[in-house]
Amino acid sequence: MTVPAGAGTPVAAPAPSQIELERRLYRRQRGRRSIVVSVASTVVVIAVVYFGVVNTPGWAAVQQSFFDPQTAIDSFPSILEGLWLNVRILFFSAIGVAVFGTLLAVVRGLRNPVFFPLRMLATGYTDLFRGLPLIIVLYLVGYGIPGLGVFPRLPAEVWGTIAIVLTYSSYIAEVLRAGMEAVHPSQRLAARSLGLSHAKTLRLVVLPQAIRKVTPALMNDFVSMQKDVGLVSILGAVDAVRSAQIAQAETYNFTPYFVAGLLFVVISLPLIRVTDAIARRQQRREQIGGTV
Amino acid sequence: MNDTGSGLEARITPDASAAVLELRGLRKAFGEHEVLRGIDLTVHRHEVICVIGASGSGKSTLLKTVNLLEGIDDGEILLQGTDIADPRIDVDATRARIGVVFQQFNLFPHMSVLDNVTLASRQVHGVGRASAEENARRLLERIGLADFAGAYPDRLSGGQQQRVAIVRAIASDPELLLLDEVTSALDPQLVGEVLDLVTELKRQGSTILMTTHEMHFARNVADRIVFLHQGEVVEQGAPADVLDAPEHPALVEFLSRVHA
Repeated sequence: MTVPAGAGTPVAAPAPSQIELERRLYRRQRGRRSIVVSVASTVVVIAVVYFGVVNTPGWAAVQQSFFDPQTAIDSFPSILEGLWLNVRILFFSAIGVAVFGTLLAVVRGLRNPVFFPLRMLATGYTDLFRGLPLIIVLYLVGYGIPGLGVFPRLPAEVWGTIAIVLTYSSYIAEVLRAGMEAVHPSQRLAARSLGLSHAKTLRLVVLPQAIRKVTPALMNDFVSMQKDVGLVSILGAVDAVRSAQIAQAETYNFTPYFVAGLLFVVISLPLIRVTDAIARRQQRREQIGGTV
Repeated sequence: MNDTGSGLEARITPDASAAVLELRGLRKAFGEHEVLRGIDLTVHRHEVICVIGASGSGKSTLLKTVNLLEGIDDGEILLQGTDIADPRIDVDATRARIGVVFQQFNLFPHMSVLDNVTLASRQVHGVGRASAEENARRLLERIGLADFAGAYPDRLSGGQQQRVAIVRAIASDPELLLLDEVTSALDPQLVGEVLDLVTELKRQGSTILMTTHEMHFARNVADRIVFLHQGEVVEQGAPADVLDAPEHPALVEFLSRVHA
């Protein structure tokens, strides 16, 4: 039997040789020098940009109308309240997109000729909704469907959520499909040979591996969706963007938009970091390899 | 497998009265190219059959057709007397009765060793997680990999992965075990540990149909060697007869090359 990596009793390492000590010294010096260079260049770039902007002729006016502290403080509570609506829309959109997008991806991956019409339908759907601007989908769904008069009156944010799910599902479906195709066919073979059905093979073997392969792309779309949630404001839903707009209309000052923008960035940051961490952990667990 | 406990009991010999698998006139073509041209072969209970032959002789395709991973163009595949080539048969249920191990292991990289081994028991055979895991741990214990139950396949050497793949295939007591070149992807020093496990399975009475290039192993372990040439069984028999007194010119030539 082979000895697994990391097994066995640790042995005290012998003292490093002269050559190794010299190499380590060199690496340390190099490391120190690159840190100094990067810090210095960052400071210089920030300084140049800052002084460049501050010394423009119109800076005083721009600062007044976009970065006014008092307006920011005044508008903050209502924008934050609006943001809570964005977060809720995002939550339900994410669930809807995960379900519908996966369904589309699975249907597009069906190979049996019996499913040809379904597959064509899914293909047509993804083609259509990836090409259609979200803002147009929002108008069509938000004003068109209620206009049919068959649905009960629903708040604008519900129609907005539906429009976002319709559009983003088509993106996610394509990403997932690429991931599923990237899972080696021998994995399906192994699963089927164990007696797993097509559906269980997909659910237990193919999809989990596919999602790992495309996590960065999925996150990218998620962050993109997170900010597009702000577009539901055009249907009249009072979200962060709409609140900012209302505040702006009252004060003729654009600072509320800046506040709303900042808040969108802030809520996206934790998720991005968490995903990076999860991806790193998975990689460490499932792949042993060098750093290259 | 028949769990017969300690290793000192009498050798289990093939039961010539019970055919686990019977192939009749099996034919398979890929386009114009006929890969299997009328294969007749019977595998008896507790029998280990090694299929040998040059690359492209149809060995791997033969095993794939038996597990219904590849359709056939003509003939019958009788598993315990039932024709499983019949399109009305439940394919998944049939596959669940046959264990398969591939050249490239094909463990699931996103599952721990334990989950790999218990997957079919839990998802296909309806065994509860607790008892599936108990069984899996017992099997892993026996191949010396109990400490790796929670590890992911990538942490294991090729030989260890292949042994886990074999355990995964036998975890739900298949009636027949198909081994397709299970040592071909391994470093030479890892081949032995996998073949030792196969020998152990034979000792416990498994019914095995395997393809291999390990002539030494085939000689020592196989009950019968089948030589496949251009999609046909041209010679078969006891290892000594086939390997030491080959008759068909293609076999003579094949053996002269692998022995060189």
